[in-house]
Amino acid sequence: MNVLVCVKRVPGTGSTILLTDDGMDVDTRHLGFTIGPHEECAVEEAIRIAADHGGQVTVLTVGPAEAAEQLRDALSMGADHAVLVDTGPGELDPEATADALVQAVRQLQDEAGARFDLVLFGNESADAGHYQVGVRVACELGLPMVGGVKGVELDTDAGTVRWRRPVAAGVEVYESSLPAAAGVAEGLNLPRYPSMRGRLRAMKAVITTLHVDVAPSGLRKTGLRRPAEERPATVVLGSGADSAGAVVDVLEELGVA
Amino acid sequence: MSVFTIIEHDDGVVPAACLQALTIAGELAAGDTVEAVVFGPDPGLGSVLAANGVTTLHVVDHELVTDYSPEIYGESLAQLLKQAGPAGVVAAGTDRGNEIMAQAAARSRLPLATNCVAVTADPGAWTLTRARVGGLLLEDAELTASTKLVTVVPGPGDDVSASPGASGLLTQTFVPDLAADFVHSRLVERTERGSGVTLATARVVVSGGRGVGSSEGFAPLEELADLLGGAVGCSRVATSNGWRPHSDQVGQTGTKVSPELYIACGISGATQHWVGCMGAKTILAINTDPEAPMVTRATYAVTGDVHEVVPAVVAEIRRRADIRAGRRPALA
Repeated sequence: MNVLVCVKRVPGTGSTILLTDDGMDVDTRHLGFTIGPHEECAVEEAIRIAADHGGQVTVLTVGPAEAAEQLRDALSMGADHAVLVDTGPGELDPEATADALVQAVRQLQDEAGARFDLVLFGNESADAGHYQVGVRVACELGLPMVGGVKGVELDTDAGTVRWRRPVAAGVEVYESSLPAAAGVAEGLNLPRYPSMRGRLRAMKAVITTLHVDVAPSGLRKTGLRRPAEERPATVVLGSGADSAGAVVDVLEELGVA
Repeated sequence: MSVFTIIEHDDGVVPAACLQALTIAGELAAGDTVEAVVFGPDPGLGSVLAANGVTTLHVVDHELVTDYSPEIYGESLAQLLKQAGPAGVVAAGTDRGNEIMAQAAARSRLPLATNCVAVTADPGAWTLTRARVGGLLLEDAELTASTKLVTVVPGPGDDVSASPGASGLLTQTFVPDLAADFVHSRLVERTERGSGVTLATARVVVSGGRGVGSSEGFAPLEELADLLGGAVGCSRVATSNGWRPHSDQVGQTGTKVSPELYIACGISGATQHWVGCMGAKTILAINTDPEAPMVTRATYAVTGDVHEVVPAVVAEIRRRADIRAGRRPALA
């Protein structure tokens, strides 16, 4: 069961996001970066699947050269191979990102003889959130694709996989024939902390770098901005247990107590 | 040229998000027709749609179009768009709306702008604004394509039920060309959530973070939520530490809530969490740090340890209830 996981380098969850002076990009000079939370679960799930069913885990990213840092994070968790498609600084539109990923997968398949039974994505990236890159890649590769997945159940004998996803009305379970793709969501598992041994191994690992040519699509970003916040100043009701009376006054005023 | 919109429905109930998308489709059509697309047999949407300005309903009919399947719905839509060639499609930015549109966009090789908060039709292109990071950042963009695909961020509103009857709506059946071995995911099981207060729909959410300190520490929060008829939520820290299940997590990668009142207990209010609760009408923050982002953005704040403040609030609610009921309040 060989698993390919596509990850994205994104600002650390909880970072304060500043914009560049021209308002076209996020100012990355003072930011810490991480693998997107959904994708971190995808890496964890891939490692568990490979441990249970045999096979290898490959992580793939499209982005700047610095995204090698996130590939090493995945390697230190236990992924076997890492592939970087270096598209330089600046953000690609979602069609171009998908195109770069498809070209990379084809190069790995045709030139390196790789074969993937499962291709996992995060449901949406934590920064741009276009909700489509995984679907585009899956379509181009001819794979079925389910999003929002929080449970994976493999039946290797039957050559099928079941994807469990919560929806507003309850829970849906989908079945797909292998090979298959999915967009997973945080909550699928609790990603492990890398071991010291894993970190050392990741430091020494060789990252494969691929080059692709992509063209911009019909969705053109013209700028980023912050919405105006219209919250009035905070009313401090007091401190400690003594504030209980004032708190309950507010609860009654709001009609909830 | 006409503008299409997709109507999701659950046994004839149309979510508010789809009617909001329909309204925006109407604005973009600017006098041209607004046409709706529904998958599977029409449950009697005619009068609801006609009342909202729809002139034509395209009913996608095929033996494979029964239960929802992302690939089948997406491929059917792609084929319909190829045949009809509308100026654009506006769908709700729901999980399903985004999924169908992504599938259709991929199969039509068209660009797609998801989660828009504003779209205007200019000659040649649509100018739009998308929400990023749950709305904390806005992206301005231009969309140029033969058929422009967008989804719009759902806002608050009421769902509408279909009512069978004459509507004057033109109904056209569209039969997609799907091979018997068309690659797709099959819905094999569906479990309905039981009734009761859910995190996403609760009027009051009592949420805990790092300051709660342990899974046991959530007991007073549970009690407060019970008293207020609300649900318990938590921050990402509480989930990663295993204090609460991920289904309780409020935030960018968890549930986005918009209750009347959000009580944030021991939550610093990092971006990841804030985008999940910023839709709340009123926020009460309880935190030892008066400078925490959650405190400075909250409507009301209490400085203090959640382990002291929450039990005191619970006791005060009980005391007042006892007085109202004419009982002698228990001694504090």
